Amino acid sequence: MSLTLDQVHRIAHLARIEVDETEARRTLGQLNGIFGLIETMQAVDTQGVEPMAHAQDLAQRLRPDCVTENDQLAWRSAFQAIAPEAEAGLYLVPKVIE
Amino acid sequence: MKHWEVVIGIETHVQLSTASKIFSGSSTAFGSAPNLQANAVDIALPGVLPVLNRAAVECAIRFGLAVGGEVAARSVFARKNYFYPDLPKGYQISQYELPVVCGGSLPIQCGENEKLISLTRAHLEEDAGKSLHEGLGPTAQGRSGIDLNRAGTPLLEIVSEPDMRSAAEAVAYARALHALVRWIGICDGNMQEGSFRCDANVSVRPAGEVRLGTRREIKNLNSFRFLQQAIDYEVQWQIATIEDGGSIEQSTVLFDPASGETRAMRSKEDAHDYRYFPDPDLLPLIVDRQWVEQVRAELPELPAARRARLIADCGLSAYDAGVLTASLDLANYYEATLATAGKENAKICANWVMVDLAARLNREDREIGQSPVSATQLGGLIARIADGTISTSMARKVFDELCNSGHTSSADEIIARQGLQQISDDSALTALIDDLLAANPGMVAEFRSGKEKAFNALVGQVMKATRGQANPQRVSELLRRRLG
Repeated sequence: MSLTLDQVHRIAHLARIEVDETEARRTLGQLNGIFGLIETMQAVDTQGVEPMAHAQDLAQRLRPDCVTENDQLAWRSAFQAIAPEAEAGLYLVPKVIE
Repeated sequence: MKHWEVVIGIETHVQLSTASKIFSGSSTAFGSAPNLQANAVDIALPGVLPVLNRAAVECAIRFGLAVGGEVAARSVFARKNYFYPDLPKGYQISQYELPVVCGGSLPIQCGENEKLISLTRAHLEEDAGKSLHEGLGPTAQGRSGIDLNRAGTPLLEIVSEPDMRSAAEAVAYARALHALVRWIGICDGNMQEGSFRCDANVSVRPAGEVRLGTRREIKNLNSFRFLQQAIDYEVQWQIATIEDGGSIEQSTVLFDPASGETRAMRSKEDAHDYRYFPDPDLLPLIVDRQWVEQVRAELPELPAARRARLIADCGLSAYDAGVLTASLDLANYYEATLATAGKENAKICANWVMVDLAARLNREDREIGQSPVSATQLGGLIARIADGTISTSMARKVFDELCNSGHTSSADEIIARQGLQQISDDSALTALIDDLLAANPGMVAEFRSGKEKAFNALVGQVMKATRGQANPQRVSELLRRRLG
């Protein structure tokens, strides 16, 4: 399987990554190289092998249902100090409305 | 004109009743000032890791068992990627290929008919934050405000099969699901606060057609009435569009309660390209049998079983049993009145809870949990109606007294204090009747000349003289005997 240039642009758009034509062509070559590797691996017989969801063979640790956060006013001030814009406790962003 | 069949499937976002968020220790309480319940994990600062809340998983297990679904021994969290300012990570943690609950079903009651709606799956995920577009200060012109308090609130998304064939069935399903999640204590069911939101997938096809029509998804319906209105409008719009020679384009639509119409959201061609993949920040969720069995043992008797028992053991109609099992609190209240009044009075108890008490609660805008009359008080009152101590009209007075007594008095105390016992002593009643007949010869004459009205007037006189404490039926009998 190999990608088209249009698909590279689309993937870049979905990830909100700006690529120009030169970069897109270079990326196309790199991605198709990766697909080539994958194609080689497809030849391996994986019959009966459970798909891996995580590289570590461990189970998710669970946390007791406790509220552990306090002094949220101070935290909010600290978080919003590094935000581009904030007002009345809200983060401000360019208007988004459907 | 062609006949059209409507096909509806529903996805419901149920906010789980946990104290803290699904992946962080922030509070989930509703109504706090903006961003005071959004910690480093919720606002997605770099370097943080999600840690799964055990209680959220347990809610999912409860639900899975309650609908007879399969609780997966191993399920996997996945990233659903999209960009929106109220989704700070740029992805929502959800479940995709391996959800925590598979299958199951929910019985719904639609008119006289019971129908079983199959469920596809239920999966755990986090909620997004909220965008505010109005009411911002003058310096925020052209801006949207982002409040991330809701970001990371645990949700169980419950997906039904496209089994519903009308808006009425869709509403019945939503109501049954709403009742169930409250019944098993996994959701507060508060629809105004967004704790229970439905998306309806609606399509139409010519009757007899096997293939499904193209569907449109109506997003975020947060009341049963809107669900009904939105589907009604959508169905009629789809049929009209097709009959006019048009075709339906798969899309997401919003319902506008003001106009009663649905309209397509600005179409985004990549809206559904979420590029799911397993979240490397989270390991697979393992739920062992022992945990499942422990949750099963703690489950309350479910609404359907409760309903069946009330019909079989107490002789209630399907309708009464349905009303009385609308919520766990109501069902428990009803059964507590039975415990005092006796099971033989199940029907009277049902009437009092469904009519008199319901009217009172409705008037005072209270839930059954805040009833001004306890179940024991009401049961005590009903026992006195059943054994003939007081008449039904007297009982209404005692009921009002009980409501105002603030849970302090019993029906017996009020009856004794106010002397409201029914006069069941025939000799006292007969003496009274004799006095009355002597005092009203005119009415007696009228009755004897064949005027039944005069008889009723005489009964009325006796009731008045006893301040309503006589049993009107007994008065009639005695009066007829006297005049006969």
